[in-house]
Amino acid sequence: MVTPIELAGLTLPSPILVASGCGGTGRELAAYGDLAALGGFVTRSITVSARPGGAMPRIVETPSGFINAIGLQNPGLDHFLATELPWLVQQGARVFVSIAGKSLGEYAELARRLGRSPGVAGVEVNLSAPDASGTGVFDVREPFHAASVVSAVQRDLPRGMPAIAKVRSDVGRVVESARTVLEAGAAAVVVGNAFPAALPDGRPGGLSGPAIRPLALRCVAEVHAALPEAQIVGAGGIGTVDDVRSFLDAGATAVQVGTALLHDPTTATRLVAELEDAP
Amino acid sequence: MTTSPYAPVHITGEVLTTRKVGAFRHITLVAPGIPERFRPGNFVALSTGADRLGRRAMWIHRVKPTGGYGATIELVVEPVGPGTRWLASLPTGARVEITGPLGRPFALPKEPVSCVLVGEGYAAAPMFPLAERLRERDCAVTLVVAAVDEAHLLSALEARRSARAVTVVTGDGSIGSRGTVADVLPDVLAKAQAEVVYAAGSSTTLHQVASAAEQAGAWSQTALEQPMACGTGLCQGCAVPVVGEDGVARMVRACVDGPVFRGDRVRWDDLEPRVRVGSA
Repeated sequence: MVTPIELAGLTLPSPILVASGCGGTGRELAAYGDLAALGGFVTRSITVSARPGGAMPRIVETPSGFINAIGLQNPGLDHFLATELPWLVQQGARVFVSIAGKSLGEYAELARRLGRSPGVAGVEVNLSAPDASGTGVFDVREPFHAASVVSAVQRDLPRGMPAIAKVRSDVGRVVESARTVLEAGAAAVVVGNAFPAALPDGRPGGLSGPAIRPLALRCVAEVHAALPEAQIVGAGGIGTVDDVRSFLDAGATAVQVGTALLHDPTTATRLVAELEDAP
Repeated sequence: MTTSPYAPVHITGEVLTTRKVGAFRHITLVAPGIPERFRPGNFVALSTGADRLGRRAMWIHRVKPTGGYGATIELVVEPVGPGTRWLASLPTGARVEITGPLGRPFALPKEPVSCVLVGEGYAAAPMFPLAERLRERDCAVTLVVAAVDEAHLLSALEARRSARAVTVVTGDGSIGSRGTVADVLPDVLAKAQAEVVYAAGSSTTLHQVASAAEQAGAWSQTALEQPMACGTGLCQGCAVPVVGEDGVARMVRACVDGPVFRGDRVRWDDLEPRVRVGSA
């Protein structure tokens, strides 16, 4: 492993990033490790207006995983820019702001305002909220929907600020999704989000954790085989150095750690150190 | 890195002793770093094996910063689900991943005022160290311990050592008076001329405590138990509907914005009653 790495035109000190929605505001995670040591911190998805999130229960434990339906709870763009972003930047974190919109117009607005905000390293376009139908975000059913979102975001970002696109780890569609978002201007593709699933009471949710790791790994391998030039960020149930290595070996440039942090908040910083010690 | 003296630590603890008391299992763990950061109302998040990803949140019942075995904490576990049964079955010497102390603790009064402490079932656990801190501040402490029956009542005997007056109430009347917290609290508050009421237990009971406190003109501090996945503020799974100090309704996290909330800030009617933390 050669560090630092180059991802989406940026130089990152480690290939380990914190996945969207699993690092709180960053402050909670900072108690357990230095955010500046991470390859990057991806925020929970930020929307133009504040969202209260979904009904309880929002997270249910399942064998080797969680099913979540947080409903994209977030304080909205204004509050994020005023309080959360400056703090993250102050910590020396490389901040990727995950964004979700109800319409192409909202995605464009998010991109325009984040593009002007000092300290944003890049934008992660959430194209794969597993409970999207319930959350009212722009419905990405077909790859061309995803492409239109990426184009809208890309147009409003300043030159040099990358948009990375987070797609669904659906092995039948993932190559097509990745190709489309990359053609639309995404600098890298994140493979991928939690899997569409259902909570025990039937509400839509997303399955994450070790349960989905082999499935996500397969998707990364498929995208790499079909698009060897594409930069891939692998995500899905990663919790150990061996997991990280298998994703990197399958063709990922970097990885995101999410659910493992809920079980052990030191995971991401520990993986950074372990990878450096025994590359 | 956060440098607050209360910032939580993530450690591997070791079971020192366990003993069965009624329906509960009291577990003492060697947990370096946690006792000196502890304030009453804090909890810890424990891992219960690699296959169960969710942490189990447990009130800290007692701490010893220094002792023959180093820093220890005592937890009260009611074994009712796979995770709590796993914890309750741990033998001496077993290792457990512990994160803590977590959460906003009870706010302590600056003046020596009269305080009523209400603890229901195992959730009475944080009331004993709270009583100690309050007595150190010369506050008059009155305790109400409640449970469905005697087996689920936490240390009535010890309660008598920690407080000036103790009221015991059980659902079946097996010990103390028969009834609920709501039945006895108005009288207790009046008799104690309480200015602050502290409570931990089910959300139904906490709502009743908050209402009774308001009736009596006392402040209330309620320690909520929402189902938590991480306990550390990362996942936003433990949402609590509150009204902020600015008067704006919002959703906050029980684990880092709470678990202790002012009773008049919680939108009780919007709080869906769910499984309690320790019941998983």
